[in-house]
Amino acid sequence: MAKVTIDGRTIEVADGTTILQAARMIGPDVAPPTMCYYSKLKTSGGYCRTCLVEVSKGSEKDPRPMPKLVASCRTTVMDGMEVKNNTSEKVGDARKGVVEFLLLNHPLDCPVCDQAGECHLQDLSYEHGSAKTRTDFERRTFDKIDIGPYVQLHMNRCILCYRCVKTADQVTDGRVHGVINRGDHAEISTYIEKAIDNDFSGNVIDVCPVGALTDKTFRFKSRVWFTKPVNAHRNCEKCSGKVVLWYKGEDVLRVTGRKDQWGEVEEFICNTCRFEKKQTNDWTIEGPRQVSRHSVISANHYEVFKKPRELTINTIKPLESGEGNK
Amino acid sequence: MGKKLLLANDHIPGIQSYQVYRQHGGYASVEKALKTMKPEEVLEEVKKSGLRGRGGAGFPTGMKWSFLAKPEGVPRYLVCNADESEPGTFKDRYLMSRIPHILVEGMITSSYALGAHTSYIYIRGEYYYVAQILEKAISEAYANGWLGKNIQGSGYDLDLYVQVGGGAYICGEETALLESLEGKRGNPRIKPPFPAIAGLYGCPTVVNNVETISAVVPIVNGGGDAYAAIGVGKSTGTKLISASGHINKPGVYEIEMGITVEDFIYSDEYCGGIINGKKLKAVVAGGSSVPVLPADLIITTAAGEKRLMTYESLADGGFATGTMLGSGGFIVMDEDTSIVENLHTFARFYHHESCGQCSPCREGTGWMEKIIHKILDGHGTLEDVDLLWEIQKKIEGNTICPLGDAAAWPVASAIRHFRAEFEEYVKNSSQIKKIRHYDLINH
Amino acid sequence: MSTSKEIKFSNEALELVAKMISRYPEGKQKSALLPVLHLAQAEFDGWLSPEVMDYVAELLSIQPIEVYEVASFYSMFNLKPVGKCLLEVCRTSSCWLRGANEIVEHIEKKLGIKEGETTPDGMFTLKTVECLGSCGTAPMMMCGAQFHENLTFQKVDSILDQLKSEGKRKTYLDDVTVNHY
Ligand SMILES: Cc1cc2nc3c(=O)[nH]c(=O)nc-3n(C[C@H](O)[C@H](O)[C@H](O)COP(=O)(O)O)c2cc1C
Ligand code: SF4
Ligand code: FES
Ligand code: FES
Repeated sequence: MAKVTIDGRTIEVADGTTILQAARMIGPDVAPPTMCYYSKLKTSGGYCRTCLVEVSKGSEKDPRPMPKLVASCRTTVMDGMEVKNNTSEKVGDARKGVVEFLLLNHPLDCPVCDQAGECHLQDLSYEHGSAKTRTDFERRTFDKIDIGPYVQLHMNRCILCYRCVKTADQVTDGRVHGVINRGDHAEISTYIEKAIDNDFSGNVIDVCPVGALTDKTFRFKSRVWFTKPVNAHRNCEKCSGKVVLWYKGEDVLRVTGRKDQWGEVEEFICNTCRFEKKQTNDWTIEGPRQVSRHSVISANHYEVFKKPRELTINTIKPLESGEGNK
Repeated sequence: MGKKLLLANDHIPGIQSYQVYRQHGGYASVEKALKTMKPEEVLEEVKKSGLRGRGGAGFPTGMKWSFLAKPEGVPRYLVCNADESEPGTFKDRYLMSRIPHILVEGMITSSYALGAHTSYIYIRGEYYYVAQILEKAISEAYANGWLGKNIQGSGYDLDLYVQVGGGAYICGEETALLESLEGKRGNPRIKPPFPAIAGLYGCPTVVNNVETISAVVPIVNGGGDAYAAIGVGKSTGTKLISASGHINKPGVYEIEMGITVEDFIYSDEYCGGIINGKKLKAVVAGGSSVPVLPADLIITTAAGEKRLMTYESLADGGFATGTMLGSGGFIVMDEDTSIVENLHTFARFYHHESCGQCSPCREGTGWMEKIIHKILDGHGTLEDVDLLWEIQKKIEGNTICPLGDAAAWPVASAIRHFRAEFEEYVKNSSQIKKIRHYDLINH
Repeated sequence: MSTSKEIKFSNEALELVAKMISRYPEGKQKSALLPVLHLAQAEFDGWLSPEVMDYVAELLSIQPIEVYEVASFYSMFNLKPVGKCLLEVCRTSSCWLRGANEIVEHIEKKLGIKEGETTPDGMFTLKTVECLGSCGTAPMMMCGAQFHENLTFQKVDSILDQLKSEGKRKTYLDDVTVNHY
């Protein structure tokens, strides 16, 4: 076990727990924001750098501070470690920089984006960004492509979190999509527009933190905050069948996995449930879904952007040792 | 004349071939190590020598080797980093193409010390012709019993292979190199684990630069103490310096650590002074990644002492007034050089070479290049110069691998020491005449 | 450019592929991807078409996307057709200091093309590249596996004339022989 203190709050966690996981156990008010880490995907995290924290004391044994900010999602705790997240000026500064970098080439087309209202980048920029842009250069653009009949890729919005690539690698077999090109030309692609035809491919939509991968069966049907989420399940031989149905009036506009307070799906669902079961009588309704993270949806209001801070302790399993690394 | 350890036989005709190399004492270190020394004893000599990594970071080689994990039944690897892509650096190419066997010999002796039975030389793809020279040297070494099974009857087995890259500076970063060697994109890995624990194919691995591995040859031959006797303080032995730019005698020089920078630039043994009798303006002393220094600060430290060609002396004053030895890529600029334009070539380079994994480097390098370009075009503002400063600060230290820092430092140092020049571009861009180099080309 | 020809390595090339694969531990044949791509590019008109990349994937028993990911990451692999002689002129610091921009301009004028373009006869493609490790003999360019150093305008002229009169495709593997492998 290791004792770690984050923003002045101490918790004891199993060895091998990352700083981020420990912070999430303490609660959302000390948990760093994440754009690329996804607890259900092995080797995720490390790319976006939004979760950077300051380690002001390395450990009981070696109390020296770490010279650089570290990615909390990929750094394991040591006994006696002290971490500063919201209490560190350096972290605030760096995070502001990261947001600016992530938005540098982002189209800012929120008004026409299906993800608006449940976009992690929107949340992040609201909380950590600065109000004005300092770039007048043309933004990088890509053509939209269809990845099969159900999924559309809008690469302009992508922040290269690699989550979909890891999903395609780990949840589906016979990967056909990945990252091509290098540097700021890098893009998610199948190279030659191949369909991802696999029972679980639709999950790339749920893991995408922005509106880069969207459900073609839902596109532009409605703004997210005009739909009502309802928990439902069905007997499915491929997956757990536990989903969220998004209603507008009587119609099921889309089906997604159930997301936890960190915006991660609890379980991956299959394509049949996601794309083909859009009738209420396909499902057993459990009742309206408690929406916590995306207050925009719960408030049905764009201006109210403050999230309720509920302090549920999430049970997060630490990664097996070495798993967090490539 | 300074002492030469790596290039001592450089002038001998035919030294590229096995016969001539062998006649001049080649492979003695392998004989000595395999027949008279235990692997730990070779490591001990390397530790005593004080040898520091010649790839750029200057990490003590003996210490790095001693970190190598040795779990039972798991192979260990030695991988030579011959990716050499840091602008201004060309010493490894020189050494490998002139005296390929010294690297092969160093690989055998070092692999023995580390207990590796398969080793690779990862060479940048653009050096395809050099790879062929190495392939030939390796096949000669196999033919003469220096590689393969039971080397020289010692019972030690080693296979050595060359692997070519595909054109990517980032593959010089050791974990990106390992990814590339595994046939993947050259994306640096997130550390820990370090290669010493989990490197190539997840096995313990040491990655060393060409020059580092070659230096093991004279260290084993002459003993670590003799090697450590050359140089100053913690900068021991000799160092290959790649000298380029506005000097009379560009080329690769093997120097004893500790000669003065002034001597290196002006003496006829080395660079032979500035071309066309011009004045010195600035130097990038250790490859494109290290801070550029103006003439006065490169010749003497801020404390007024003569600057030496050592890790410590070049770093004296920190980044405020110092720089780094880095890879030893020594780029000299004369009084007519535009620092901003030179910086633009660096910024373009890092933008081009960012792997794109992490957001500060992926987005920041391109942004910096565009702003510098805008300033060069005469459309920049004073705010742009400040913005540039802020962007580099937001990249530095916040990325997965040191390429982010490497992209930030040249920008920071150019602004730190030559801010007036940026402002000149902003205020009087029409007055600035573009330097043409026709006279240099047709001299 | 003849792209209609069947995509299959010659026997000699296949022998080389086998040797390349044998350099890595069992099951790690993906390690041979970069060398095999170089070989494929040299064999199939100097560039890697999707069909060629699929063929390489098949040879190494990996997914095609794994090949696309890699081929598009490294700057030496051409994903579009190029001229017989790809002129790669370095223009980073040390070369720029010694006149790389002027060399590029000179070639542009002489060939009547801009950087990134190919001459109408398909003979030359001009490309600017980053430091090739030849800074002490700047300015420089490479064509195929060969480095052309200490360039002057006259030297460039004679190199271009020579290449044109040979009329042969230059590849990085021009000097590679199976024997050394
Ligand atoms: C972006 C980047 C590029 C690098 N390029 C090279 C290189 O071309 N050659 C090299 O030997 N080391 C290079 N390095 C340093 C290597 O990561 C590593 O430290 C070195 O190979 C270790 O060998 P040494 O201890 O013998 O120096 C590079 C590092 C970075 C971050
Ligand atoms: S710092 Fe740049 S090169 Fe290094 S991992 Fe990040 S994006 Fe890639
Ligand atoms: S969430 Fe940790 S780096 Fe992206
Ligand atoms: S700068 Fe052109 S070869 Fe190095």
